[in-house]
Amino acid sequence: MNHRINQDNALQVAALRDGTVIDHIPSDKLFSVVSILGLEHVSSKITIGNNLLSQKLGLKGIIKIADRFFDDDEINQIALVAPNCRLNIIRDYQVTEKKQVRLPDDFQGICKCANPKCITNNEPMLTRFHVLGEDRKTLKCHYCEKQMNRDEVSLL
Amino acid sequence: MSLVNIAELSESKIRYLLELTQFFEKHPNLHILEDRVVATLFFEPSTRTRLSFETAANRLGARVIGFSDPNATSSSKGESLKDTIMMVSNYADIIVMRHHLEGAARYASEVAPVPIVNAGDGANQHPTQTMLDLYTIYQTQGRLTDLNIYLVGDLKYGRTVHSLLMAMRHFNPTFHFIAPDELKMPQEYKDYCNEHHIKYVEHSDFTADTIANADILYMTRVQRERFTDLMEYERVKNMYILRADLLSKCRDNMKVLHPLPRLNEITPDVDNTKHAYYFQQAKNGLFARQAILCDTLGIGLDSEELKPYIEKD
Repeated sequence: MNHRINQDNALQVAALRDGTVIDHIPSDKLFSVVSILGLEHVSSKITIGNNLLSQKLGLKGIIKIADRFFDDDEINQIALVAPNCRLNIIRDYQVTEKKQVRLPDDFQGICKCANPKCITNNEPMLTRFHVLGEDRKTLKCHYCEKQMNRDEVSLL
Repeated sequence: MSLVNIAELSESKIRYLLELTQFFEKHPNLHILEDRVVATLFFEPSTRTRLSFETAANRLGARVIGFSDPNATSSSKGESLKDTIMMVSNYADIIVMRHHLEGAARYASEVAPVPIVNAGDGANQHPTQTMLDLYTIYQTQGRLTDLNIYLVGDLKYGRTVHSLLMAMRHFNPTFHFIAPDELKMPQEYKDYCNEHHIKYVEHSDFTADTIANADILYMTRVQRERFTDLMEYERVKNMYILRADLLSKCRDNMKVLHPLPRLNEITPDVDNTKHAYYFQQAKNGLFARQAILCDTLGIGLDSEELKPYIEKD
């Protein structure tokens, strides 16, 4: 049985010839990741699995995108919702690189400021945040300067 | 260069602006901005702040345009802040703005081709108030360093006390926070104190003994609408009122400051004591704003415009 599971897992990754695998996404954040990366507009083959068993997360999601490689700036945006996800870069069926995402110190867009009196919630403009704290869990709005917990913000 | 937030200013910049403020206290009527236009855009009414800025501009010889009532402007028709700022930038050399939304001044400073001076953005920042507070502290104590500063009243929503606290981090102060439970200094500002090694003590009682060691007693208004529990308001509303008899044990050099307007939190009998200083403090706002208008327009103590007066001093 164990043998079977390992084989299944191996297949999940190996099935891609060239592209990016994003693994260990919390199940409830899978579709946020899809939307942050704009995958609905990507025309190459995409495989999405969700509610898969994971030893670490309980349930996890996985996304395999063929023929697509992301810049660090681009992929790091998903760190807001899936800070512990893993990236596997696949070339010619082989995992050539493994990466972790890191929330940028300063980012634009992605989420809304939680303060209803913030200018960003009342004017057609991009939001912008600075990441604070050793655990990097606090966001400070660049405009109204209010601090908020990373888990409490809603995505744009 | 715009002025949006006091916490961004370095110690040397603050000291320089205080020196410039002192210069304008000596020379309040210099027509060095004669060919300039200053716009005062008050998206939220504030007569006191607007008059202070407009007086500062007028005494420097500048022309003033602007509005004091947003209902009379196109923002009431739904024009974006950006569009209003871009339009006015075509006419004026500098924009002084007050807005009810937080972060409005930062955003304006990012889109405007001319400098922005933040005259208050919601509960967020009001840097010229802080500059005049710092100048008043310096003027009355002869220094900014190693002072005991007591903040009294609404420390939760009081934007002026938060900005003062951040600006004082360069000067090794000891703060005392005196407030009712519901209006205590928020944790994020206590964290700020800890991060910047600012000493602070919290009190809930306000007596002659608690304030005996104060150099500065900074009073703020306890407003009824800030309370979620009105019973609590009724209980504490008279506990943070400064009466002349509370000053019996205080230091000779101690001065009472207040950002004004005051209601009942300082009784009129305090006005006649040597400790009352809030009206002079408001007057300093004029000089501080003259300094800030000039500095944001690139005119300073080393400029040709000011040199003849500095040599005379």
